Amino acid sequence: MIESYIPIFLILAVAVVFGVVSANMSWLLGPQRPNRAKNSTYESGMEPVRTAHDRFSVKYYMVAVLFILFDIEVVFMYPWAVQYRNLGLYGFVEMVVFIGILLVGFVYVIKKGALQWD
Amino acid sequence: MTFETILFYVLALAGIVSALLVITRRNPMHAALFLIVNFVALAGIYLTLHAQFVAITQVLVYAGAIMVLVLFVIMLLNLQNEQDLFEKRSWRSYSGPILSLLLLALLLRTVAFVSGGSFDRISPESERIGTVANIGQQLFTAFVFPFEMASLLLLAAMVGAVILAKKRFP
Repeated sequence: MIESYIPIFLILAVAVVFGVVSANMSWLLGPQRPNRAKNSTYESGMEPVRTAHDRFSVKYYMVAVLFILFDIEVVFMYPWAVQYRNLGLYGFVEMVVFIGILLVGFVYVIKKGALQWD
Repeated sequence: MTFETILFYVLALAGIVSALLVITRRNPMHAALFLIVNFVALAGIYLTLHAQFVAITQVLVYAGAIMVLVLFVIMLLNLQNEQDLFEKRSWRSYSGPILSLLLLALLLRTVAFVSGGSFDRISPESERIGTVANIGQQLFTAFVFPFEMASLLLLAAMVGAVILAKKRFP
């Protein structure tokens, strides 16, 4: 049973090894002659004015929360899609009701302009 | 040792190490990133327990979406001087460890009670229960009402988030 996941673990292992190796190889092979200008935050760019740890606007949070809510909606669609043929019309109506309720929320969010970047 | 056992120990080690790193990092951003490693390790453990749907959800919702929110919350709170938080000793710094120990005791008690203290096998029934097909079948027949209620819960969260985040309505 678990042996059927070997390809997935293989891909994961390849991804990790590729990332670690390529990141360290450039460090190993590349010449390292740092100087002040090279180590600045934006080399040949503007001077940074203050630290990057700044307070972010709540708008980002808004987008993230709405992303999670619709993400969970899609998660529920996954077992539904797998069992779609077995459930038939009944399952279809259930999902329409589910999406319909969330559509009310979506319309509310749009109407309130919560996603507008003003 | 079977392949499954080796996999479990590797994932458990990854989970414990990343969890320790989460609670020892001074930088909250680093802690949050190690939490993602912890979530992925947990997803792997769910897979060894034949709970495919929970594993997928763990990666998709927790490691993906919830962590985005956690990172934004850290940015919103703007913890510029984290050091101050460590120096202040309030009831919070004592209640955390006490509650964690109580939870650990409860978990140990439950595991010992259910499995009789042995961890060497999982129920053969579990191979069937955790599949996506079985969860879909159960969710859309026996548990229709909780499923539809979940959409109302999401709707309430949506409205609540909009009301909390928007100060003025146009």
